[in-house]
Amino acid sequence: MSLLDVTGLRVRSAGGRDLVRDLSFTIGPGERLGLIGESGSGKSLTALAVMGLLPSGMTASGSVVLDAPGTGPSEVVGAPERRLNGLRGRAVSVVFQEPLTALDPLMRVGRQLAEPIRRRRRLRGAALRAAVAAALQEVRIAEPGRVARAYPHEISGGQRQRVAIAMALACEPALLIADEPTTALDVTVQAEVLALLGGLVTARGMALLFIGHDLAVVSGITDRVLVLKDGEAVESGTVREIVDAPRHPYTRSLVAGARHLDSALDWTNR
Amino acid sequence: MTRPTPDQSTSDQPTPDQSTQDGPTSDQPAPARSTSDRPTPDRPTPNQSTSDQPILEAREVGFTYRGASAPVLSDVSFQVLPGRSTALVGESGAGKTTLLRLLLGLAVPTAGRILFDGTPLSPRDRGRMRAFRRGVQTVFQDPYSSLDPRQRVSRIVAEPLRSLGLVPAARWNSSAADLRVAAALEAVGLPADAARRYPHEFSGGQRQRIAIARAIVCEPRVLLADEPVSALDVSTRVRVIDLLAELRESHGLTVVMVSHDLAVVAMLCDHTAVLERGRIVEQGDTATVLGSPAHPYTRRLIDSMPRLPVT
Amino acid sequence: MRPAMRVAASSPKAPVPEAPAADAPARSRWSATLVAGCVLAGLVVAVAALSLLWLPYAPDDTSGDRLMPPGAEHLLGTDKLGRDLLTQLMIGARIALTVGAGSVLLGGVLGLLAGLAAGFATRWLDDTVSALLDILIAFPTLLLAMLIVAVRSASLGSAILAIGLGMSAIVARLTRVLVKRVLAQDFVTASRTSGTSWPRVVTEHVLPNIWPTLLVNLALQLGLAVLAEASLSYLGLGPPPPNASWGRMLQEAQATVLTAPVGAVAPGVLLVVLVIGVNLIADGLRDVADPTRRRTR
Repeated sequence: MSLLDVTGLRVRSAGGRDLVRDLSFTIGPGERLGLIGESGSGKSLTALAVMGLLPSGMTASGSVVLDAPGTGPSEVVGAPERRLNGLRGRAVSVVFQEPLTALDPLMRVGRQLAEPIRRRRRLRGAALRAAVAAALQEVRIAEPGRVARAYPHEISGGQRQRVAIAMALACEPALLIADEPTTALDVTVQAEVLALLGGLVTARGMALLFIGHDLAVVSGITDRVLVLKDGEAVESGTVREIVDAPRHPYTRSLVAGARHLDSALDWTNR
Repeated sequence: MTRPTPDQSTSDQPTPDQSTQDGPTSDQPAPARSTSDRPTPDRPTPNQSTSDQPILEAREVGFTYRGASAPVLSDVSFQVLPGRSTALVGESGAGKTTLLRLLLGLAVPTAGRILFDGTPLSPRDRGRMRAFRRGVQTVFQDPYSSLDPRQRVSRIVAEPLRSLGLVPAARWNSSAADLRVAAALEAVGLPADAARRYPHEFSGGQRQRIAIARAIVCEPRVLLADEPVSALDVSTRVRVIDLLAELRESHGLTVVMVSHDLAVVAMLCDHTAVLERGRIVEQGDTATVLGSPAHPYTRRLIDSMPRLPVT
Repeated sequence: MRPAMRVAASSPKAPVPEAPAADAPARSRWSATLVAGCVLAGLVVAVAALSLLWLPYAPDDTSGDRLMPPGAEHLLGTDKLGRDLLTQLMIGARIALTVGAGSVLLGGVLGLLAGLAAGFATRWLDDTVSALLDILIAFPTLLLAMLIVAVRSASLGSAILAIGLGMSAIVARLTRVLVKRVLAQDFVTASRTSGTSWPRVVTEHVLPNIWPTLLVNLALQLGLAVLAEASLSYLGLGPPPPNASWGRMLQEAQATVLTAPVGAVAPGVLLVVLVIGVNLIADGLRDVADPTRRRTR
């Protein structure tokens, strides 16, 4: 049984152009899949299609089946909004690239985080406040009290992304989608957030769909990788297979580029 | 949009042969050399002759914004020697952007001074500033914001020539300017017909090449680059680094780069200064700084770099 | 705005350039929008021009019967004073164009200068100019017009001055925002590091990047100016008779709109034609000026 089963997914723009073509992949419970590609490769659209969140005008066809414990197998493509709302959060939730736009700028961080916790766990009052503090502690926020009272612009980018992760996790999803969650962050913060994300996914036994353009980042946190180019999967395999023996010319160039940059770091002793 | 090209690299390490979002042009810019044929990481020190007179120097530079209590920069000192490309490494909040503005003469330090060819920069001395502007040119991080969308590439690239009065002002679109623009575009690996197009017709990597062409058209000695490749996809990134490395050799450019990406720094720069919260915590030869970091922050930066799994 | 781009290597928001065919034929600079706009606005201009050379009746000729329906003698009929409606309409076109063009010119120039100053200014100067603009915007045009009329007299010039001044504040505020937005772009910094002087930055980068938006706004303002003139005329603050204005025609026809609709419909239709025409021209010019739109459509 797989948690997410994507078969023949096609995303078409309003203008009739195919942005994603004939994409198929599966993610089992607890598995970590990386979706790698460059800008315009359709990797973010794939994530949105899995959530049923494509921008208006774009249409998906094919099949996206989510089968999370508690929700039962559900087809996402063509599903009505009410059905999708039941899936979002419980079956799957997402962390976006830019945490500043993912959080409501006019709402205190604590209240934003309380909302999914209240809905999911039906907590109120002191219990809810305690749950919020616990959630912030879980994403290693040093001063949960201060951060909960702050507005998103009052905390750092790294802290915002941690809050976004906490919100995504609050619904206890079976599958977490992370769409370039560290691209907007500093290197040291990126390393911390990646370590945090990896740890939480393992601790909760969640599955992870990690989207990125940087092979070094993606290979560090996933087990399997799917390489996308111009909306089509060109190659897939374990991280080892892709990094050590890329077959498709595009993958080879991708790996060569990453290796080139990586070898520059051989100044440093790992 | 991406099309494969024959592998143009003759070096032992293959250069990625595809660029991300190729625009309409069929160019596959082929830098003549790859950085990979430069000496391996354990090479000793700068491979170019250096003289003792720095082109650009920051001497105990400090900067405090008006009304702010804490300085953004304090006691920053470093020298950019001719031919010794220099990296200023740091993360957000380190004061990189402010330092860059000071180095560009767009702001004046509140303490210490910036020296160009041994004399302090003074925005009031027009003659000196012109010499400085001609000698120091810039490449910005975001190729979407750094090119005026309403100007053709020829006009964008020719701007320094016009502003510095290097071509007759009355008829700047003279053949003299055209020739220099064409030469600059060729040097960055863009086809000649790029000149009559508009920026939006180009991909991110190609736009960055246009920005580089604008920076080198007046034959500066120093290229100040602000995170020149961090907005680009990985394989485009490698190509633009290769281009910068090539120009550094062919045009005798000294690159001064502000970056947080140690891989890029290692590929391009001989000297590295690490900034943390407005102070230089460590500086020296790139090999030394990255190979045996003395400061814990440098160590942390190095450890944070995402790496490919070891084969 | 693409602040996210600074850090985003492959943000979904990143404008992925579509690849236009390299050999796409240069599109005609005259888009359908522009042609349609010119035809509509040209109609009103032609009517106004004709009024200078020829009028069916004298403007103050009240010899006709009152409230005549359209007929051979009076093509559009007469108003409640027995004046020829077509004559009134033609003169009204001239007045509308004069007030519209005059106030847009005045408001545009003043607003652009003030907006540029505020856009380039920093800190206290910017704050001061912005506060002044806010006061001017909050100040009703009608009140301003009354003051001006009190000092001068009710005339075409007073109407233009009042409407133009009110407009300049709105234009200035828009200009200020547009200028700030352009100045925040890296290409301005690049230009400065090439040694370009501030005046050159304005003519080379700032104006070319702001005028299309400004133009569309001014077209809108022209329509509003014609309407404002109508209300001024209603209050007796506009150009006095025999300068017939569409606004006053509309007001005068109000009472008889059910029995003699032409008096209200005719100036209304011409007003709409003029406003739509000018807006289409502005849209068309913006499209022509924007290389992105011109090439990829």
